[in-house]
Amino acid sequence: MNAPSTTQPVVGAPKTSIFGRTGTQNISLLIALIALLVIFTALRPDVFFTPRNLINIGLAITILGILAMAQTLVIVSGGLDISVGSIVGMSTMFLAVAMQWTDSTVVAVLVGLLSGLFAGAINGLIIVYGPVNAVIATLGTMSAFRGIAYIINNGNSIPVQSPALRMLGTGTLLGLPLAIWLLIVIMAGFMIFTKKTIIGRNVYAMGGNPTVARLAGIPIPSYQICIYAMSGVAAAVAGMVLAGRTMSGQPASGSQGLELEAITAAILGGCALTGGKGTIVGAMLGVLIIGVLNNGMILTSVPTFYQLLAKGALLVLAVIVQERQKARKGE
Amino acid sequence: MTTSREPIVQVRGVSKSFGVVKALRDVSAEFYPGEVCALMGENGAGKSTLMRLLEGEHRPDEGEIRIGGQVVHLRSAREAQAHGIRVIHQEPEIIPEMTVAENIFIGDFRARSGIFLDTDDLFERARQLIASLGISGLLAAEQPCRDLGPAQRQLIEIMRALRPGAKLLAFDEPTSSLTEDEAGHLFATIRRLREEGVSVVYISHRLKEVLELADRCIVLRDGAVVASLPVTEIDEAKMVRLMVGRPISDLFHRRVRQLGPARIELENVTTKKISNVSLTVRAGEIVGLGGLIGSGRTEVARAIVGVDKVIAGKMRASGAAYAPASPGDAIRARIGLVPEDRKQEALLLVQSIRDNVSLVVPQKISTFGFINSARENELANKHVAELRVKTPSISQPVGKLSGGNQQKVVFARWQASEPLLLILDEPTRGIDVGAKAEIYRLVEDLADKGIAILLISSEMTELLGLSDRILVMSEGRITGELDGATATEESVLDLAMNHNSMKALP
Repeated sequence: MNAPSTTQPVVGAPKTSIFGRTGTQNISLLIALIALLVIFTALRPDVFFTPRNLINIGLAITILGILAMAQTLVIVSGGLDISVGSIVGMSTMFLAVAMQWTDSTVVAVLVGLLSGLFAGAINGLIIVYGPVNAVIATLGTMSAFRGIAYIINNGNSIPVQSPALRMLGTGTLLGLPLAIWLLIVIMAGFMIFTKKTIIGRNVYAMGGNPTVARLAGIPIPSYQICIYAMSGVAAAVAGMVLAGRTMSGQPASGSQGLELEAITAAILGGCALTGGKGTIVGAMLGVLIIGVLNNGMILTSVPTFYQLLAKGALLVLAVIVQERQKARKGE
Repeated sequence: MTTSREPIVQVRGVSKSFGVVKALRDVSAEFYPGEVCALMGENGAGKSTLMRLLEGEHRPDEGEIRIGGQVVHLRSAREAQAHGIRVIHQEPEIIPEMTVAENIFIGDFRARSGIFLDTDDLFERARQLIASLGISGLLAAEQPCRDLGPAQRQLIEIMRALRPGAKLLAFDEPTSSLTEDEAGHLFATIRRLREEGVSVVYISHRLKEVLELADRCIVLRDGAVVASLPVTEIDEAKMVRLMVGRPISDLFHRRVRQLGPARIELENVTTKKISNVSLTVRAGEIVGLGGLIGSGRTEVARAIVGVDKVIAGKMRASGAAYAPASPGDAIRARIGLVPEDRKQEALLLVQSIRDNVSLVVPQKISTFGFINSARENELANKHVAELRVKTPSISQPVGKLSGGNQQKVVFARWQASEPLLLILDEPTRGIDVGAKAEIYRLVEDLADKGIAILLISSEMTELLGLSDRILVMSEGRITGELDGATATEESVLDLAMNHNSMKALP
């Protein structure tokens, strides 16, 4: 016992792949996804597992995917952003108004993105300098941003005439819709950011333990503001896709309830609400599950009200499963 | 001594592990009525774990606990309390918005007419208890607990346990935040309890107290009982050998080092918590900072690394004016801090060893903000190997390591940053003896390399064994300086108690 411990020092260093460790979590998600695919194929063999419908699912999840990845980063940093659905709606309205005034897609898209950036930055400033708890702050702005979206045109939608946005909403490249390509590019960006950059690494640190992060010299307030601003921009990008799809600015339709789905996907994907834990790949698997579920429920004629019930239950269930696992591992 | 030979509480062959850490190995002990039994051992020896088992907080992996001869399976603190077992914790839980009386009797409020809280009765009971301890000058029953100091909070915790029905009372380092005077009252109370036939377990590593108070002494080391003997058979050298497992001279080497330029100079630094602190640590020097818990030592560290705002006074780092606005400024000045609570303040427990080691040196592992994995692995491997962290891989989450190895990861982080000054706040808290010896050697090696070390420690052996100079603090001020080679436990404690007059009640 007196001799100092002389276990062999460490050798060998496993590479950090940008895919992260394919944890058991991701494998169980894959299994769940395959199970859903099998069930819906069995229920609607004629339509569900067809290239056309699969592309439909892909299109439907673009918006959710962008939001879920941004939400993952927010949750990993130790926060939560429930205003994203409202920012999507608001940004489509700003985009549509700018389009009407200038008739320039470039200007319209910029205005839309800027509105998201401002909205997100406002969230961040409230949370840091209030200081207000993130859930409360974004609960407030969720209502406020939705309000602005309605105010802009008295609650009515605004048509958008832009061939370029129509391309984004409906065009294809190499057989895949452009929107899906956009999602893939954004996903690659997020994966590199979280796994390969110092800033991404620091986001995990500040969520894992803010005290440690602060003592390590990470400027947490600036990080927080940037993260919420990023979340706002991501919501505006999602809004741009939505505007392309509907060829209009929509204050509410198509963006209501997105925050619930984005948070559900992130948590299904393994995000811990306490922060510091979560992956982009996991969140995207969560997004696929929700996308397949949505699509399958429509095809099997589950009434809308029951769909809402199912989605709510899924979120609560995901958290319960996560807490149980945590208790078992004794974390 | 009125010891009857029927033990009140018996622990038989108890083992308990937390992950890879064996906290208790095959521990057997008896506690008799009318006896004060001292439980001794270094931090991490298993004293607290044993107490947690007795109070139903943890359950043993193996072995059994008997109370009054009956095997019991304690599942909660409530059950243990019902059996008359009370543990007085070192860091009491106090509800700040409640009064002293409410805090003492929480869970035991009496009602008038069946439903209404009987406040008269509550305050009366509290006043009696306070008076019986002879501390009416320090606490008032009606006082809100918000503004109480650590010593007063400790007294409340003690009074909670003194409620009627106690058979075994365990005190976990009760004097760590008390003045000599208060400790005197406490000792008198403990003696009275012994007369009343209560079994008292007294945890401490202050030998003087133990010799004064205890009848018998159980020594734990690395989770195992190494001795159980009457206090009359104990002297200091023997006790240290039992606790540490080797003579002190094996742990510390006291080398004479060439001192370099001053790495940190504080001149009358004042923050909200400390006043007029002046000190200098030179390259290659180990300066110890002693004092009681809450005396302001950690706050000196917080001022130096830019967490607490300096209101008055000046600091210089390596000769240059230094006024850190954030810990980032400290890191840029190459000042590192190994904080007191490594799980809360130093480590990202779910993250890998690699991520933890590279945390403060992003510039060394990246190009334009993009991480170079090869360089990062190389850096982490190098320091992890140098410090002999026991782990299968640097991808291992830090939370899965033992306390000693976790602390080595914290040291690896700062070693990677090549600091000029390293502040160590209780660097061996909660780690086993083997790892402790390694940390001591490491600290000496760092000083040999010319790093300035400011060592905050409540462990006397460590403070006296490592420091070249010792500064002692009390109530936020430095009360004296001692030479490391000649300082003794008594001389440090004298200075630590120096200005220690607790604020009288208004």
